[in-house]
Formats: sequence, structure tokens, C-alpha cells
Amino acid sequence: MSEAQQPYLKIEDLTKHFGEFVAVRELSLEINGGEFVCFLGPSGCGKTTLLRAIAGLDPQTTGRITQNGQDISSLPPSERDFGIVFQSYALFPNLTVFQNIAYGLENQRVPKPEIRKRVVELLELVGLPEQTSKYPAQLSGGQQQRVALARALATSPGLLLLDEPLSALDARVRASLRQEIRALHQRLGITTILVTHDQEEALSMADRIVVMDHGSIEQVGTPEEIYSTPASPFVADFIGVMNFMEAEVVASGTIRVGETSLSCDTTNVSSGEKVRMTVRPEDLRCHTKTVDLPNGLPVHVDTLEFLGSFCRLKLKGPEGFSTLRADLSLQQVHQLKAAPDVPLTVEFPPDSLRLFPDIQ
Amino acid sequence: MSSASISASAAPVRIRLSRDDMVLRTALVVIIALLAVAVVFPLYSLLSMSLQDMDGEYVGLENFRIYFDTPALFASITNSLSVAISATLIVLGIAFVYAYALTRTRMPLRWFFRGVALIPILAPSLLAAISLIYWFGNQGVLKSWLGGGSIYGPVGIIIGSCFWVFPHALMILLTALSTADARLYEAAEALRTPKWRVFWTVTLPGAKYGILSAGFVVFTLVITDFGVPKVIGGRYNVLATDVYKQVVGQQNFEMGAVVSLVLLLPALVAFIADRWVQRKQVALLSARAVPYQPKSEPLRDGLRFIFCTIVAVTLLAMIAMAAYASFVTFWPYNLTLSLKNYNFDVMDGGGWEAYFNSIRMAIYCAIFGTGLIFVGGYLVEKARGVSWLRTLLHLAAMLPLAVPGLVLGIAYIFFFNHPDNPLGFLYGTMGILVICTIVHFYTVSHLTCLTALKQLDPEFEAVSLSLKTPVWRTVGKVTLPVCLPALLDVGSYLFLNAMTTVSAVVFLYSPETMLASVAVLNMDDAGDIAPAAAMAMMIVYTSAVFRILHALLARILQRRTQVWRKR
Repeated sequence: MSEAQQPYLKIEDLTKHFGEFVAVRELSLEINGGEFVCFLGPSGCGKTTLLRAIAGLDPQTTGRITQNGQDISSLPPSERDFGIVFQSYALFPNLTVFQNIAYGLENQRVPKPEIRKRVVELLELVGLPEQTSKYPAQLSGGQQQRVALARALATSPGLLLLDEPLSALDARVRASLRQEIRALHQRLGITTILVTHDQEEALSMADRIVVMDHGSIEQVGTPEEIYSTPASPFVADFIGVMNFMEAEVVASGTIRVGETSLSCDTTNVSSGEKVRMTVRPEDLRCHTKTVDLPNGLPVHVDTLEFLGSFCRLKLKGPEGFSTLRADLSLQQVHQLKAAPDVPLTVEFPPDSLRLFPDIQ
Repeated sequence: MSSASISASAAPVRIRLSRDDMVLRTALVVIIALLAVAVVFPLYSLLSMSLQDMDGEYVGLENFRIYFDTPALFASITNSLSVAISATLIVLGIAFVYAYALTRTRMPLRWFFRGVALIPILAPSLLAAISLIYWFGNQGVLKSWLGGGSIYGPVGIIIGSCFWVFPHALMILLTALSTADARLYEAAEALRTPKWRVFWTVTLPGAKYGILSAGFVVFTLVITDFGVPKVIGGRYNVLATDVYKQVVGQQNFEMGAVVSLVLLLPALVAFIADRWVQRKQVALLSARAVPYQPKSEPLRDGLRFIFCTIVAVTLLAMIAMAAYASFVTFWPYNLTLSLKNYNFDVMDGGGWEAYFNSIRMAIYCAIFGTGLIFVGGYLVEKARGVSWLRTLLHLAAMLPLAVPGLVLGIAYIFFFNHPDNPLGFLYGTMGILVICTIVHFYTVSHLTCLTALKQLDPEFEAVSLSLKTPVWRTVGKVTLPVCLPALLDVGSYLFLNAMTTVSAVVFLYSPETMLASVAVLNMDDAGDIAPAAAMAMMIVYTSAVFRILHALLARILQRRTQVWRKR
């Protein structure tokens, strides 16, 4: 294996118990140098536990963590190489912005003028110049989080850990900071792990997403892979909005939902198997009643939910299609004159349908 | 993702300890050991003493059998209970109305009433009893008010106790009543609920746990107090005075141990009940609550004003009488004012030396106690790992609250005076007084420190670790400065209590380490009641000056080091 292909962070068979409770179960993962990785999952899925194990704050019960070729499993946090930002910012309240950022540098006995230079540089980097002498309480939440970020970056760590850094901020600030952190990462190229339960955050920021549930990895992949080819019903449901339907494979290339036959790709399932068929609301195409199409289904509009740039229609179909959601642009809604009780035909594009073996 | 590659060893991961971890763990063990020596071992000695006869032979429960077969001793239990329960009910009633008027109304002069109500904290409990003697005693000014009854006995004990425990009850009730959610009241009003019903369905349930907690605290304070019944109890025996009589009067240590264990029981029950209540109390005030703004109600506010005035005047009258009597040359025959009673050096009871000893002890307690208790609190709240050790320390820190001072004092005699104890050299020194007093008031200080520490972000330590900063630096630069106001409060609490306490130290002083509060007791015992009042007033003056200094210092610190709190 050549030097370049060596992963920067390697987690092998990591398990973490809290008493009887298993928070992370035999988890293995590799993260490359310079990568921006998101741990995504519902609360209690073990994503924060994994992050804290990497930092050494709550060491794993068993398993090995290798960082930059060095086994760090048994190192105390103070001997590991990472910077961390928490949801609560955890800025020292009685120290000014300058003192907060300089905190780690002072301890490394960096000469005063250099500290000053570095702090100014970092404040520019996070977009907060000229706030040096303020106390955290005098800053907004977004500003505080920027200071926390600058503080974590001050000592130039090899690994940046972000534990739900944007969750305490309001939506607008969150969106802009998302972009900034992403841009910062592009500039510095520091290996970064972000823990979040917000799929939008993960999809918009990450190079790769690690979707977790019940202490295990459900899927690892780029945002696009995760969204368009979810590896499990859990991922399909957790990321974005998804229609689920009970189906049965009747022949190669054909499934049946209720009384309706649909054609789709059945390579990963076998004939006669019960499966769950999924399709994204935005992939469904709606037509007026009169059209007759392959993979078409006559439905009625139940309700319309106006969501700004588009409308989400709840549709009533024949057996097996009781809760079907379709997203339509406003223009389409007008064209189809979609309103409650209006009949429509919904088209299921074969390559947008995905099947999962029904394990229940 | 490559999980198949290597299977890492399944051996549990053990993180190597950093130097900080080792320092913190050592400190944990040291403080637990200190508390074991200063609380647990003495209590064990007390227990084993109660199971011995005079020659140190094990006799099982024989001493307890004798105790319960002696009607004179046994009667004290009922006496103690009835006095404590009466005082608790009276104080709770008065303090609740008083606290309600201060927190939930627009009654004028609320700040003044709040200040007056806290005055009794500055005085030893003995002062209340001495003052009562001047008001209602044999030569009392208002003796006729009793209509032939005597103040010496349960009446005096109850009134005196009510006086000195009033601020303790009030402070808890003020806290309980000051947190109200205006939305509940608005909802009740919107539903056209009559006022009395709002009071029963919103106000009282909200303060329920505060009232219970205040009740337990007051009950424990009264039943374990020794100063008031000693001075004004007359021939009415209570458990606390029995302990003193058995140990100091009759030198019957075994029976003293038995009585103090009997005394420990109600205190322990109240302690456990209080803990249970505290646990049930969930935060009624969510972050979204809207603070309640009382409206002006002229008629009701007027009635409340009258009530509070009566209470405040009574409290002031107690202090004022002691102050006045301390300057009277020879009560009641020569009422000219003089400093004769302050000439302590010509009287029995330790002289001015005792006063300065008290100040020295109070300063030591404030300095060493605050330091020790803060470190302990820090370890409990912020140390990483070893949660069982931290829990152990927390339990050890909670224990002193359940142990009455008198019981602690006796336990110290048995433990430190034992010939085989290598720590015996402490006996009779200033050291043992300081240790005993710190331990006696450990729990409340510990809880104050914990509350302050809990307000710090739990991730500060994690951030410091990630910045490779040693723990002491973060403690020095962040934790301590942020907790400074709380530390001042703890120091002040320890100082004031060290000045006024009698119960534990009364068994532990030596002629060289006589204390002012004990001198009050001894002078009163010797019939020198005016000098006793004078010495008690010296404690009040000192405490008052200290409180003022504390307030000034706190204000300066607030301005100098707490700038960051401003938005």
C-alpha cells in the first residue's frame, strides 16, 4: 500500500458500552486525509459517542483507532491531535475573544507577537475581524461559534471535530455558516468530521456521509450516492422524503403492488419475494386523467400542501397506494388544475423505483 | 469502508492516564480519606461507644434498654418532638406569609423587610434565649404579659427557636416562591378562576416542595439545637440538653452516645425525607417561562404590610433587647448605660481571648474550608472517569448534613480522644475546632459549589484537553474566576457559622481555645447573663461588619472580574 492511499484515520471494530447499553457496535471506518466526513443519524444512533471516542473523551470499550499511522487507542485526549467545537460553543465566558483563541497557543509558549498575528489571522479567516476585546456574552450565537472554530483551529490540529456545531443557531445563520465552514475546509484542507442529525447539513457540506443507526453504520457514501441510491430502507426513509409501498416480485422486471403491476429493475431481489418498493415524491410524474401510460396509475388528489417553491400532493390510489406523495412545481399544479378530488394519472419511472427485501 | 481487513484485539481499551488524571485521582482519594477520618470514623466510634459499658466491654443494646427504662430520659424524646413540631409549624406559617408578601406582591418597603428578616443569622441561637429572659424572664420587662406563666420551659424554647430559625425557613421559601410562571396565572385568569382558587391550585403546588424542604430544615435545626433550651429550657429536658448533661455534667459517655444516637434518628429521617422531596422536585420553571409580575392590591398589601411590620419589629426587638441589656450596668436596678459587661477579662468564661479565638477559628474555617470544599466539588463535578470514586466523595460530602453538631462533637471526643488514635494530638487544639466546624457545615457549602460549577459548560475540560492545556491552568483562568462569587458566599457562610456555632465545639474546646459562643453559654450558666448578652452582641457586631465587608468586596469583585457577565 503506497503512502498516498493510507487513510488518515482508521477505526477498527470499535465498540462502546455504557453499562448494559451498547452505543456503538463493532464499527469500522476509514477516513482519508483532507476529507470532510459527516456522521449522520437520529439522536441516540451513536454518532456523538463515536466522535468522543476518536477524541479520547469517552474512550471506546474495545477496538482500535489509528490516526496518521499511529495507534492512538490508549492515548489520553491531551496527547491526541485534534481540535473540537461543541454545540454549546463552550467558550470561556470570562475571557475575551482574543484570550479564547490564544488559549491553546499560550500554552505552547508561542511568543506574544506571533500569538497576536495568529489570532488576527484566524479572526479574518472566520470572518470576525475587530471583535478581539469582546466577551462571548456580547456576541451573537453565530459569532460565538466562529470564535469557537477559530480557537479549535489555532493550534493547527491535524483533525477537526465538530459536534453538532450549528444545531443551536437559527435557520438563517445556520445556512450561511454551513457555507462558510465548507469554504474554510476547502481552503485549509484539514481532515474534518462533523456530527449532525440534520440531513440537509450533511448533504450540503460533506465529501462523504456516514449514516448511522443503532450504533452501526447503515451506509457510507457521497451525498449523491446516499440520496439517490440508499442502501437500506432506513437510509431511504431518513434522508429526504420517500414513498414506501409493499410489493411482490412477480417476474424478472415486474412487481405487483396490490392489484397493480409495475415494471422496474429487479436485479437485487428474486422472483416471488416480498419487497418494499420506494420512490421519491419528486420522481413521480403526474399527468391529466386522460393519458394512458406504461407504469401509470389512476389516482385522486387528497390534499395539497403548499411548500413555497413547490407543492406536495397527497394522492389516493387503488389498493396498496394509500399514502402516496408527489412533489409538483407550482406551474405543473396550475397546468393540471390539481385540487382536492381531481383525478390524475401518476407515472412511476422504472429507473426511479428501488426495491428492498422485506425483512419484517 | 473496509471492516474485513484486520480484526483488532477484543481486549478492553485502557486509556493511559495523563498527569492531570493522576493528580485529580490522587486528590479525590485524599479528600475521601479526609472525610472518612473527619466524619465516618468518628460516627463509628460513637456507635461502638453506645454498645459498651463504662469499662469498655461490649454489652450490646444494654445501654439502650437502660435509656428507654428511665422515664426522665425517655420523656425528653416527646419533649423534643413536641417543641420541634410546634416551632416548625409556627415558623412555616409566619415565614410563608412573609415570603409571599416579599415575592408576590407590590407591598412597599419589601427590601427593608427582607434585610431585617436575615438579621438572626448574625447571632448565635443563644442570643434569642438571653433576650427572651430580659423580656419575659423573672425580672423581665413584659413578664406580666405571660399572665403568671413562665418563659422558662417549652414556651421559651419555642419562641426562641422560632426567632433564630426564621431566616433559614424564609430563604428557602423565598427561593420557592420567587420562581413563578406568569403564563399559569394568565391562564387561570383567562378561565375566570377566583383568587383563592388560583392560590390553592397554582401558587401552593408550585411552592409545595419548598415548603416541605423548609419544614424539614427547621425541624432539624430546632430538634438538634442546644443553645436555646440550655439557656431558657429551665427544667424542661430535651434530647440536646440531655446529651450535654450526660457528657459534660455526669461524664457518662456511654449514655451520652446513646442519647446522641437517639437525637441522630429524627435528624436522619428529616434528611432522607428532604432528599426524597428534592429528587421529586423537577424544574417547574422551564426556560420559556415568563416571570410573574405582581400587581398592586392596596387593601391586601396594607394588611400584608401590617403583618410584616409586626414580624420585623419582633425580630428587631429580640436583637435590640440583647443589645440594650448588654450596656445596662446592673439590670434591673441600675439602668444607666456602661461598658461594664464588656469587660470580659475580669469574668469567668474566657475573656476577650475567647472572642479573638472565635475570629481566628472563623477565618481559618473560611479559608481552608472554602479551599477544600471547592476542590472536592470540582472533583465531583468535573473530574473525568472514576465515577464511583466521585459518587463516593459526593455521598461523604452529603453525610454531615444529616449529623447534628452535638452528635458530631461527641463523636469527635470518642474518636480523637481515644488513646490509640495517632491523631490524638489534635484533641484540645484549634485544629480540631476548625476541622469539626468545616465538617459540620460542609454539605451546604458543597452544594453551593456544585451549583456554581454546574453552570459552567461541561465541555470546558474537553476543550482544554484538545488545546493541550493542563487542568490547573483552566481551573485558574476560567473555573475559579467564574465561580468567585459562589466561593465568597461559601467563605462567608463558613465564617458566620463558625462565629455563631455552639453545638459541636462545646465538647471540643480547651481553656486555651475557648470560643466566644461557648463563653456566652458558660457565662449564662454561671449566672452572668448580662456579660453573656454582651459577648453574644460582640458576635452579632462582628458578623454584621463581616457581612457588610463581604457585600462590599462582592460588589468590587463584581465590577472588576465579572465584567463579562454584562451583555
